[in-house]
Amino acid sequence: MKIVVGHLFPDYLNIYADRGNIAVLSRRATWRGHELEVRALGAGSAVRPGEHDLFYIGGGQDREQELIAPVLASLGDSITAAVEGGAALLAVCGGYQLLGRSYRDQSGDELPGVGLFPLHTVAGQRRMIGDVLLECELEPGVRRTLAGFENHAGRTHLDDGAEPLGRVLAGFGNDGESGYEGCHVGRAVGTYLHGPLLPRNPWLADWLLAQAIAHRTGEAPAFEPLDDELEAEAHAVSSARAHSRGGRY
Amino acid sequence: MAAFIPRQGESGPKFPRTRDRSGSVSAMALRVPLSAEILLARAAAGLSRLAGAGGGTTVPGKLLWKLDPGAVDRLGERLSAGSALISATNGKTTTSAMAARILGPSFRLAHNHSGANLVSGVASALLASPHAQLGLFEVDEGALPEVARRLQPRAVCLGNLFRDQLDRYGELELVAARWRDTVSALPEGAALVVNADDPQVGDLARSRPAATFGVDDPRQSSPGLQHAADSKWCVRCGTPYTYDAAYIGHLGAYRCEACGHARPPLDVAARRIELNGLESVSFDLDTPEGSRRVELGVPGLYNVYNALAAASLARALGASLEALVAGLQGFSAAFGRFERIALGDRTLLVLLIKNPAGANEVVRTLVAGGAPELLVIALNDEIADGRDVSWIWDVDFEPLLGALGRLVATGERAAELALRFKYAGLPADRIEVVPELERALDRGLQLTPPGSELVALPTYTAMLALRGLVARRGFVRQYWERAA
Repeated sequence: MKIVVGHLFPDYLNIYADRGNIAVLSRRATWRGHELEVRALGAGSAVRPGEHDLFYIGGGQDREQELIAPVLASLGDSITAAVEGGAALLAVCGGYQLLGRSYRDQSGDELPGVGLFPLHTVAGQRRMIGDVLLECELEPGVRRTLAGFENHAGRTHLDDGAEPLGRVLAGFGNDGESGYEGCHVGRAVGTYLHGPLLPRNPWLADWLLAQAIAHRTGEAPAFEPLDDELEAEAHAVSSARAHSRGGRY
Repeated sequence: MAAFIPRQGESGPKFPRTRDRSGSVSAMALRVPLSAEILLARAAAGLSRLAGAGGGTTVPGKLLWKLDPGAVDRLGERLSAGSALISATNGKTTTSAMAARILGPSFRLAHNHSGANLVSGVASALLASPHAQLGLFEVDEGALPEVARRLQPRAVCLGNLFRDQLDRYGELELVAARWRDTVSALPEGAALVVNADDPQVGDLARSRPAATFGVDDPRQSSPGLQHAADSKWCVRCGTPYTYDAAYIGHLGAYRCEACGHARPPLDVAARRIELNGLESVSFDLDTPEGSRRVELGVPGLYNVYNALAAASLARALGASLEALVAGLQGFSAAFGRFERIALGDRTLLVLLIKNPAGANEVVRTLVAGGAPELLVIALNDEIADGRDVSWIWDVDFEPLLGALGRLVATGERAAELALRFKYAGLPADRIEVVPELERALDRGLQLTPPGSELVALPTYTAMLALRGLVARRGFVRQYWERAA
């Protein structure tokens, strides 16, 4: 099956090796006999209903985020509609912030966001930088961990009742205080974790691929396991780093 | 502005200063004379070496800095010819080694040649060279404001700004902002030298006169900007630049079609560049004083940039064209950056990798010399390497894959590195994960036929460890035993 990925602003939002995430999605789809087609979305692009099974938006520095914010605003409604229509989405760091309702920067200016995630972000004085480990439960009763690296000045505050992506086992998370990280809405997840995220957390890559296929077919497939020995080793080292040195200024 | 994150242990003195800014004696006690502080600090270096704790290159400086941060200022004031500072994301150590070779015949130098480039490293170099006339210091990008404030330099050379160690610096723009502040606070009459090919660095010359350098040879242009190119948008209006030539990352001949901002004219330029694989590179060094052919004993376009930076800085300090050429001609290598080490009947070629822009050039240079069939790549994640290893996913390793029969992935994050190559498409049976560096080196040597060369690409602390291993086996001298 062909899975169509809409990659938002690949030229602008790529600061934390976001192409690593795309590479993992692409290879793992291929190993399962599917094909991943990545279409860049940017200025002048349109998101047609049903066209994309999965969206990806990565991280950028403040300057790049300011440059693309107006274009993203113009695409925002159609992306939100696509996710409401069952498309999957992964947003990392800057992209995660921009898909919230708003972002207030260091100088107090407020950038409007897309409003796909029920949250808002306020830039803080000290950046929260370090290894981080989460425990997630995207499917009831199935707990799995995500290991990554965070580097953000923004403090992200979820609305009451909003579902986080996971509970922080080690590290800062959304705001360094709530004990939660990221946000989960339908088939969309947003997170500060880069590293990139998917190579050392292949279960999330597989979850996203299954959700993308479900957008097409109505049912998420159960994949055969792959040889993920290296991935598990990288995950273990990254988790240990989060425990030994995450969440410290 | 978000806070700048200094290196651990470099955030400032841990116990009270002996003096506050007004010069009054504070909590810690008596004002210790500078000469006594110096003696104590030098003794600490010796002890550190005896204890086997490494070269002790920054131990005396760290101690001195903790005893009295202002001592660095006073040591700097003793330099009769003042100080010259070199900063850049990439090429600091090599550029300052080249500049030392140009300036060495004219001045007695205090030079932090082993790359210890924080305030403590500068202090150590000053301590080690009590009779120096000129201070020649490479300075960490983040430490530049403090070092410039303390030393009040006579000349500053700014090379490039690439994404590097974002876990330490926050964002590239924050470093650029600090550089702008540093430039505006330089003493009147200080010479500023900038790489005109980097839009953000070249623009620092907007506010004051500066000497510019750059490459002018469209034959060396890449087909397009690399993935990791950073300053792709006009620094003044945000429009994407048009590149007439892109050399390394975002370095090149750029212009903005919206507002007209463009690369400034070049005072010193490299033209007619000839790359000679892994062996050397030659070019016309064009200066206002004339043009000469130069051949470096190190490869790659990035070393042409380093040579231009060194030549421009030395020129700002009064060096003649003949002195520039004499210093650059046949330049071999700076510490750990490009080293060939004979290991019995095999050789080990060590090329430091530390960020996407630098690693891309290492890859490009390797491929130009005939891509290796075997590589040992060592990825550590200590502070000096960058705790965030995501940068390896921004490196264009792909040109190496075709020839690569075996990758030995090593270092603290060996598995992560192996994943980078796995997802690039290198078959799993060509990847060996050997986290322990010494075992990985031995495995690499075992796979290298006698008479052949093993190529190793280590990150910074892995490079130090690798040199240590090779030294223990008696093949190279430890770096603190080398002539300063």
